[in-house]
Amino acid sequence: MTENDKASSRPTVADRISSAAIAVDHLVKVYKQTRAVDDISFSLPHGSITGLLGGNGAGKTTTIAMIMGLVLPTSGRVQVLGYRMPEDSASVLGRMNFESPYVDMPMRLTVRQNLTVFGKLYAVKNLADRIAELAEDLDLGDFIDRANGKLSAGQKTRVALAKALINRPELLLLDEPTASLDPDTADWVRAHLERYRRDNNATILLASHNMLEVERLCDRVIIMKRGRIEDDDTPEAIMARYNRTTLEEVFLDVARGRVNGAKEAAR
Amino acid sequence: MTDISLHRGISVHRIGAMILRYWYLLMSSWPRLLELLYWPALQVITWGFLQLYIAENANFFARAGGTLIGAVILWDILFRGQLGFSISFLEEMWARNIGNLMMSPLKPIEFLLSLMVMSLIRLAIGIIPMTLLALVLFHFNVYALGLPLIAFFCNLIFTSWSVGIFVSGLVLRNGLGAESIVWTLMFAILPLACVYYPVSVLPAWLQHVAWALPPTYAFEGMRALLIERTFRTDLMLEALALNAVLLVASFWAFLALLRSARKHGSLLSGGE
Repeated sequence: MTENDKASSRPTVADRISSAAIAVDHLVKVYKQTRAVDDISFSLPHGSITGLLGGNGAGKTTTIAMIMGLVLPTSGRVQVLGYRMPEDSASVLGRMNFESPYVDMPMRLTVRQNLTVFGKLYAVKNLADRIAELAEDLDLGDFIDRANGKLSAGQKTRVALAKALINRPELLLLDEPTASLDPDTADWVRAHLERYRRDNNATILLASHNMLEVERLCDRVIIMKRGRIEDDDTPEAIMARYNRTTLEEVFLDVARGRVNGAKEAAR
Repeated sequence: MTDISLHRGISVHRIGAMILRYWYLLMSSWPRLLELLYWPALQVITWGFLQLYIAENANFFARAGGTLIGAVILWDILFRGQLGFSISFLEEMWARNIGNLMMSPLKPIEFLLSLMVMSLIRLAIGIIPMTLLALVLFHFNVYALGLPLIAFFCNLIFTSWSVGIFVSGLVLRNGLGAESIVWTLMFAILPLACVYYPVSVLPAWLQHVAWALPPTYAFEGMRALLIERTFRTDLMLEALALNAVLLVASFWAFLALLRSARKHGSLLSGGE
């Protein structure tokens, strides 16, 4: 193999971006005077679970919204499953899905009716079988014919998760997937997400305030603060770098501006 | 649901899914169904009796029998057509479901087409009993207008969709704070479209404004038919041309407002 061959077989930046499930390149979002997202770049390989950590106003939701195409970037580029967002979203929206506290499912429709409508929107084949499968996996059987508005918070979260999984997405974007859930239901949801990723080689990006959740689920953590990426590594490497035993301690260091001190102490 | 997807294929299945969603909603809520019937019935009864009273006391109106009640029915096609469109859209905003739809493979054109079909369904539920009531109580048979009724109906429904598309874009961009526009904008058209009186009543300068509105042609056409027994094809064709321009303009405005909503992050908030 010549030097030229070696050079040509080496993955270029463009190759890495196009082969990633999500590639974010110098992304900026400015709302009037506020830089909600300030020049961030990262790429997530297929089959990974990544946690987006940060306090309120760190830019997590805006970042996820730009990846979904719900918000237009001021500058920079987002590529999802090899397609540019939002320009090529028609090619990719059927292969991804999301769950967010910023949206609800229609309250008057029953769980089954909601899943039927979304299943048809996503052109799910054998829809009745898929709904039955999700009802069993997510334990929806007892309330599948009840109106969504009459469900408890935990039940609604399971229904939202069923909607997010209805099309067996290759990419799942989750914004606070276990917020306002009791510990038992939250643990149950996490177990299901882990299983789904393992069984489907799906890529999951989740924004969360729950450090234990991120530690348990994620093989990579991106910490954001004031729209910028403060750190990006495996949970273990980040905790080691900050000389901390939990991500919660790291989070507090970052939130309270003790980053340099903590890192120096670790050295 | 993206601008760029506009030129790709339209999926009948996705439009069907949205119609199914609104049908489930309508069937799950009797107040929603009742409201569809209530207002048109109230309108036709009030105006029907007024017409009876005037007809007994004025020669002109005795000759022009049905112009008032006919105007009420045509106005309701225009107004309820727009409301039928806009309320289905507002249901998504009220349910905070718009983000789910925007993130799904549903395209803007498919969303709008499903809202158009729903406006026809809702209109049929409200207007058909209204016309039967007019027939039974006041012996006014709107269906006796024959083929011209189809021309009036099409022109009015096209305008109602244009207004519906435009105000939906405004709500998408500005959130539910702009909801009042949905309920009030059509009333700005009411005096200018000369629903209950001929265009000649208006001052000359305002007549130009009236003739820029497609519904004016339908109401003038209806009066010509009932009073002079003439069907004005020229009026209907002019209205059709204006409606084509309005529909294209409203769709363009919807896409521009959707893009602006994405730029300003309004799709995530959606509130006031």
